[in-house]
Amino acid sequence: MPSLVDAARSQVGRKILSGITGILLGIFIIFHLIGNLTLFGSEQAFNIYSHTLESMGIFLYLFEIGLVLVFLVHAYIGVAIWLRKRKRRPVGYEKYSSMGDPSKQTFSSRSMIFTGIILLIFTVTHVATFKYGDTQMITVDGTQMKDLKALVINTFQNPWYVIYYIVVMILLGFHLRHGAWSAFTSLTMKGGTKTSAVVYTVGTIFAVLMAVGFLFIPLYIYATGGTGALIAS
Amino acid sequence: MSNDNMQFDLKIWKQEDGDSQGAFQEYHMEGVSEDMSFLEMLDLLNEKLIKNGDEPVEFDYDCREGICGACSLVVNGIAHGPKEETPVCELYMREFEDGQEIVIEPWRAAAFPVIKDLVVDRSAFDRIMAAGGYISTKTGSAPEANTIAVDKEDADKAFDYATCIGCGACVAACPNSSASLFTGAKISHLSLLPQGKHERKERAVRMVEQMEKEGFGDCSNHAECEAVCPVGISISAIARMRKEYMRAVTES
Repeated sequence: MPSLVDAARSQVGRKILSGITGILLGIFIIFHLIGNLTLFGSEQAFNIYSHTLESMGIFLYLFEIGLVLVFLVHAYIGVAIWLRKRKRRPVGYEKYSSMGDPSKQTFSSRSMIFTGIILLIFTVTHVATFKYGDTQMITVDGTQMKDLKALVINTFQNPWYVIYYIVVMILLGFHLRHGAWSAFTSLTMKGGTKTSAVVYTVGTIFAVLMAVGFLFIPLYIYATGGTGALIAS
Repeated sequence: MSNDNMQFDLKIWKQEDGDSQGAFQEYHMEGVSEDMSFLEMLDLLNEKLIKNGDEPVEFDYDCREGICGACSLVVNGIAHGPKEETPVCELYMREFEDGQEIVIEPWRAAAFPVIKDLVVDRSAFDRIMAAGGYISTKTGSAPEANTIAVDKEDADKAFDYATCIGCGACVAACPNSSASLFTGAKISHLSLLPQGKHERKERAVRMVEQMEKEGFGDCSNHAECEAVCPVGISISAIARMRKEYMRAVTES
């Protein structure tokens, strides 16, 4: 019998690992979106939320290291599968088409490597913009904290940033559409054709909710100049 | 009235042998009956080619009734052609438009090297089977059929997976050239039956390892394999393969 390490490196193991890391990243972005929506809460809700996270100290660092590892494992498996697949079919087809239903082969599934790499690059720039961006210090209820809300609102006054975020969030939607289905399929042990259709639909709804949720924020801030009715000031 | 004079522009992959470079050759076909099977249409082409002293197009076939799994043509970009749950030997020319162009290619995968024209070497599948796609049993007189009871539900499921004819369309259609549906079907079939349960762990591990050794790609859950499978095997076979493999490595 292969060891667990060998098993993780096998075709089956890689796919299961890709699914587990994908689901962890999916859970992360759900909480990320909920956190972002505090921008539409009370005046300082977003700043208090981000300050609370930053005050976690060592726990935040551990969480961030874990997140980076999950991200890297997920990306590594994806890139490795893509590199390998090119060797698996050295001569391609002159003509290739999908048979259609029950196939789940779509733009989403074929572009995972492309959307995935864009998301990886995006994540680096996104962290650089907001985690390491210049912020003013403000005092809320006697506590000194970063005015991250002002940074967000100022950043999204730049139309190029807004376009960049909207495009990447649409690509995120495509990545999640196949990703949600694929992760679930890799991890469940009994997917039949009927279950598959349900899982795929639920995955698509999740993908749309995430993409629309995330792109709404920069779009709304830009459209209203940061003074929209939803943003308390 | 059936149409006996359909015309087609065929674009067929020609390749001398595994070492030579292949290329497409175009053939104009006339006098094709809509009631001909796809292979009969190719027979007609070959008769004409042979009569003219030209080299015929090599393609694989045996039973021509959807059982043997020998036929293996990618027709207009789809393994076994456009009709669902139908191998190319049971595909009829009435499925095509009169005058249409038809591109015919072999299964394309590193693990299925071309032997000649449209014929590929699928012995990689035989080696996956030899790695574990069997049950060890004493041969001799047949045992009493009712001594080992099998639940109706399990028997039906096992039979669904056992219908795999090993044609390789799943590999041909998969964007990654993965053999997961084939291997999954074989593992699922035997793991569901009492006769196959004793060796289930070794079987799952060996067959998965052999599949990778043969140079088949990773599964990316595109599910294209299920769509082209001529006997309609569901990707639940792949889910079962993963379960069997994980059971083998996690249970001592």
